[in-house]
Amino acid sequence: MKHFLTIFKYELRILFISPATYVAGTIFLALMGGLYWLALQRSAVGALGDALPVEVYFQLFFVPLLILVPLITMRSFAEERRTGTLGALMTTPTSALSIVLGKFFAAYALYIFLWGLALAFPISAWFMLKDLYPDPRLLAAGSLLGGAIFVALSGLLYIAVGILASSLTRSMLVAGLLSSCILFILVVSGGVLQLLPLENYESLSGLRDLVDYLSTFRHLENFSRGLIDTRPFFLFTSGTLLALGLTAINIESKA
Amino acid sequence: MSADSEVSAVPAIEVNHLNKTFGNYRAVADVSFTVMPGEIVGFLGPNGAGKSTTMRILAGLTQADSGNASLCGVPVATESLGAKRHLGYMPENNPLPEELRVIEYLRWRAKLKNVPRKKISERVEAVMRACDLARKARRKLIGTLSKGFRQRVGIADALLSEPDVIILDEPTIGLDPHQILGIRALIRSLRERKAVLISSHILPEIENVCDRVIIINGGRIVASGTPAELRREFILSRTFSVETNAPEEKVSEILGAEKLVPAETQREDSELKIWDATVPADREFSSENVVAALVGAGFKVREFREKRPSLEDIFIAATKRSYDIKE
Repeated sequence: MKHFLTIFKYELRILFISPATYVAGTIFLALMGGLYWLALQRSAVGALGDALPVEVYFQLFFVPLLILVPLITMRSFAEERRTGTLGALMTTPTSALSIVLGKFFAAYALYIFLWGLALAFPISAWFMLKDLYPDPRLLAAGSLLGGAIFVALSGLLYIAVGILASSLTRSMLVAGLLSSCILFILVVSGGVLQLLPLENYESLSGLRDLVDYLSTFRHLENFSRGLIDTRPFFLFTSGTLLALGLTAINIESKA
Repeated sequence: MSADSEVSAVPAIEVNHLNKTFGNYRAVADVSFTVMPGEIVGFLGPNGAGKSTTMRILAGLTQADSGNASLCGVPVATESLGAKRHLGYMPENNPLPEELRVIEYLRWRAKLKNVPRKKISERVEAVMRACDLARKARRKLIGTLSKGFRQRVGIADALLSEPDVIILDEPTIGLDPHQILGIRALIRSLRERKAVLISSHILPEIENVCDRVIIINGGRIVASGTPAELRREFILSRTFSVETNAPEEKVSEILGAEKLVPAETQREDSELKIWDATVPADREFSSENVVAALVGAGFKVREFREKRPSLEDIFIAATKRSYDIKE
């Protein structure tokens, strides 16, 4: 782990000079800005019911996620494997785990940085509108904080999945598509499984708890209400460790 | 026995019965060799012979199916990180990150190679001077460098941590003659200090620099030794060039040649003819006697010299023999 920081700083630098980062950042912020504007507009005409604009804002997190994470992570191993620089890196006395963690935390730092910028939309809207519309729903601090914790926590797994996908191929395009597909399945599968009428089958009724546990939106809902549960912490961190472990094994076996 | 002599007795590179297959293709078959500290060894073979695979196994990039490889006594397969501390490796196509400047890249690599923080600047400057990167290229983006400069960055990287073992896979590809001379001098300067294993297709390059040569073909070592030893083993005849006006039969008779052919290039304005005569290697005679016999018979002789077989001849003979055995 001695070289973790060296790899982390290098990767962060590479991410910040890569055009893909700016493309990803621009698309992400434009989408998030548009989504928040829509949420505010719908809230103003009463179309959101009891839901807060911030809650709706976070519930749509998966829309930019499917673009942002692949763009940030697809280069990490696929491009290095294609050009052969991964092999050159592996000839130094640096462990595969240090390399994986360095790349992972650099991508994660960028992910958090961009989400930090995206949180400026609800905050700046509140600053600008608080005198005109002194509505407490405009900035519900609990929902905002809960949503931010959810994004930070789930981001660990999503970035790790992107890194894993990138380690499986030499093509950035394939890595990006692969991570988009896996993320889509991860985010949506819990919700789809919840639609299954498991209660109608006695032998399957015990699976309801498991389906609830795997449902991303159920966890997001809890976080948005300010309900912090330990189960999603375990789900996302264990998934992250699994994905990073598989990545390390993969790059060590075929640099 | 002193501690120093014990250390130097450990081979810098030791490869024992190494095997590697890719699907049905056997890339490396029962390869064994050692390189002692201070030795410069050339690794020769045609394309697909198994050179790069063997080097990649030594660098810990590919795992062997069986057999073992160690660097300075540290097994590469089981103590990979420990073995890599002794290694400086330049891979065949020398991949480099395009977006970094030369000095930034070398500093970063020095950190990864455990060069002490205080010595990083000193080492980076030293290798840049040694590889002629210190003036023009130091602040250039690697992506904008010519092939020759990129090769030099790769070699500088391999030398950076002053490793005990340096493996260079085709180090002079793309270099101009001046640069080749520079790299050749640089590699020579490592003699007696480091163990160097170089693969190259440029055979005079190997002959000029290396103490010993290993020739590999079809994944097997087909020859190993100093160029002089290999000449004795593989070159079964000697070739002489003689420029004379003597007729073919007379030249053949005096030399005892088993084969006599006119040389490919002849002087246009001369009455003398140049012959290439092949004589069995075990036949002993002096050049003076041959010239005296020709002159004594009334013929003119302008030149008589032995054509020394090059490493290329040895390489062709060794690889041909292995093909013959396979067939």
